[in-house]
Amino acid sequence: MKRLLFIIQKEFIQIFRNKAILPLITVVPILQLILLSYAASNEVKKVNLAIVDQDVSSYSRRLVNKIRMSDRFGIIDARYAESQVVGLMEKGEVDIILQFPSKFETDFHKGKEVSLRIEVNAINGQGATIGFSYLNSIIQSFNQEIQGEVKILPVKMLQGGIDIEHSYWYNSELNFQHFMVPGILGELVTILVMLLTAMNVVREREVGTIEQINVTPIKNWQFILGKMVPFLVIGMLLMTVGLIAGKLIFDVPMRGNLALVFAFCAVNITAVLGLGLFISNLVDTQQQAMFVAFFFVIIFILMSGLFTPIESMPEWAQYLTLPNPIAHFVEVMRKVLLKGSDFADIVLNFRATVILSIIFNALAVMSYRKVD
Amino acid sequence: MKFSLNWSALISKSYPMFKIFVAFVKKEFYHILRDRRTLVILFGIPIALVLIFGYTVTNEFKGASIAIFDRAHDELSQEYILHLQASGHFEIVDNTYSYEEIEESFKSGEVKMTVVIPPDFGKDFYRGENPKLQLLADASEPNYASTLINYASQMTRQFQLEKMGNQQRPFQIGIESRMIYNPRLESAYNFIPGVVALILMLISAMMTSLTIAREKELGTMDLLLVSPLPPLIIILGKVTPYIILSFLNAVMVLAMGYFVFDVPIYGNVILLLILCILYLSTALALGVLISTRSQTQQAAMMGSLFSLLMPTMLLSGFLFPISSMPRLLQIISNVIPATYFIEILKGVMLKGVGMSVIWFPSMILLLMTLFFLAIAWKNFNVISK
Repeated sequence: MKRLLFIIQKEFIQIFRNKAILPLITVVPILQLILLSYAASNEVKKVNLAIVDQDVSSYSRRLVNKIRMSDRFGIIDARYAESQVVGLMEKGEVDIILQFPSKFETDFHKGKEVSLRIEVNAINGQGATIGFSYLNSIIQSFNQEIQGEVKILPVKMLQGGIDIEHSYWYNSELNFQHFMVPGILGELVTILVMLLTAMNVVREREVGTIEQINVTPIKNWQFILGKMVPFLVIGMLLMTVGLIAGKLIFDVPMRGNLALVFAFCAVNITAVLGLGLFISNLVDTQQQAMFVAFFFVIIFILMSGLFTPIESMPEWAQYLTLPNPIAHFVEVMRKVLLKGSDFADIVLNFRATVILSIIFNALAVMSYRKVD
Repeated sequence: MKFSLNWSALISKSYPMFKIFVAFVKKEFYHILRDRRTLVILFGIPIALVLIFGYTVTNEFKGASIAIFDRAHDELSQEYILHLQASGHFEIVDNTYSYEEIEESFKSGEVKMTVVIPPDFGKDFYRGENPKLQLLADASEPNYASTLINYASQMTRQFQLEKMGNQQRPFQIGIESRMIYNPRLESAYNFIPGVVALILMLISAMMTSLTIAREKELGTMDLLLVSPLPPLIIILGKVTPYIILSFLNAVMVLAMGYFVFDVPIYGNVILLLILCILYLSTALALGVLISTRSQTQQAAMMGSLFSLLMPTMLLSGFLFPISSMPRLLQIISNVIPATYFIEILKGVMLKGVGMSVIWFPSMILLLMTLFFLAIAWKNFNVISK
């Protein structure tokens, strides 16, 4: 027991002696949290619109005004011929072109079929769909407005519909940052811990200090455990600071039990630590450790459901998220903080992570060899 | 006469230089090829990235888990439920019988949206009394929730039209919409250009900065500097293998996009490749610049991670639209080379435009390259003195 304490003490001294590491575990993650939460938004806020008005009527003007009133759209250009605005779309300055045909208003009054033409730059498929649906809903409501003005419409026609009422639970304003911050925090803690541990043992090997440890009577598990405890403490600390920052800066709701978050965090960090140490034991240089850890991190992040929902993945890929600690972490953070889920709701994530941490740590202990 | 004499002198003078240069590049190539692990990473990361993005990172949804809270249990509600199921967008995983159960199913994450069908749904509908249908979504994931509600509303409207005998109402404004450049809304169209930009930056800038920093760290840089080779040849020799490797990588990713994910290349392929080389030079210039400023591999690694990789991934419009970002980040995105390169790639590949449209971003890339090279050169001279 005493040996273990000495190793832990040694690790702490080493960590805090390294001046480069201190900002790396305090300021940098918080900055990343802020930057990422602002940048990582799939929200479609500003749609650039160009209008081709071949009608120039009171209707076309009214609709354009209505579009202008909604803050989702920025009207870049309004012209009378289509050829004049196509170039803008090619340059990427315009997302949607809305075109009024000539005699739009007169034909509408005559009860003829009239239609507006909308061309959407669809390279970003999701953005295109959302932008189009914004515009569509404005046109529909404009349509209802002018239908009401046409007196001859039989009253019966307007009846017999289904009213749709919708409500967004847990996040009624659809605040994207509330969604992103918990996930990003989980991701940052994981990455930091993984990179630090992955480079840890291999550094001792590169520098040569590992030989000094090898000649002591320390056992494998004591060595690994001694390496783990300091990083566990650092990870938990970062989590605490991150949660406070999330609350103060983004006002992220914390509906669930925070003790649950911390308990899961501890289990998860243990799993990631095991993986990091395992990598560190396998490679020869810090550079290789960095690359391997980096490779894992990229795959873990992209397949964690942090940026795109896991439900959208094909089924085989969804199974691949089971051994991914970040996926569990992101899910638990979101569930507990945003929805107030309790232990029963996240028991599967807990179980998977406990199994992962046992496997990774067993690998780490077994792969550490005192004698090469 | 004088002119031609000058030429021959120049060639005879520079030819041995060229030979040395080739030898130097060869030596560098051997270095790279000998390090199997790095080589695997060099070609493995791009392939893995393209496959992950292509198959798993997608926002499209099919089979979203929803629950139905049917308080009517009449013929119309049954038909409505069948209608929702038939689309393939929704998968009904649960039938709920109270509002408390809805909350529970949201909390466990099994259900993303619940449709509440009011009592007397059919009766009210046929009497023209506008029954009120409720769509409740778990909006802890905002985009997913709003997409779900959009789809469900659309399908409800369609159901309503069908039930009303499909009669076209008069005085209806039709909408003819066209999704141009990407009619099937494939997400690959968006990510292939981004992955190319990311990978070229990753390999050319990060690898060059690492190799030069490595020579410095090991002290072999000083050996090279005191050799009769001019510093320019040394730097060029170090950079050339990575130009070739990253160019191969770019071609590989574009080919994967074309053959595996059906991403078209409408524009001129030669122009596309030339512009790839332009962007490569920007990335290399950045890599050399970083290496002149960092003393150790670790410093170079961290430098390129935080100043190149993160911004390229996050702020270039690759993963997230620039227009949704706060003002400050939008301004920052203007100084990131990948922003312009992605614009160029999308223009040439998907829109099929030529130089007349993309001269501006190309110009910026060229200026950036020259600027970075100038600073790197200045730094390098300071060091070598």
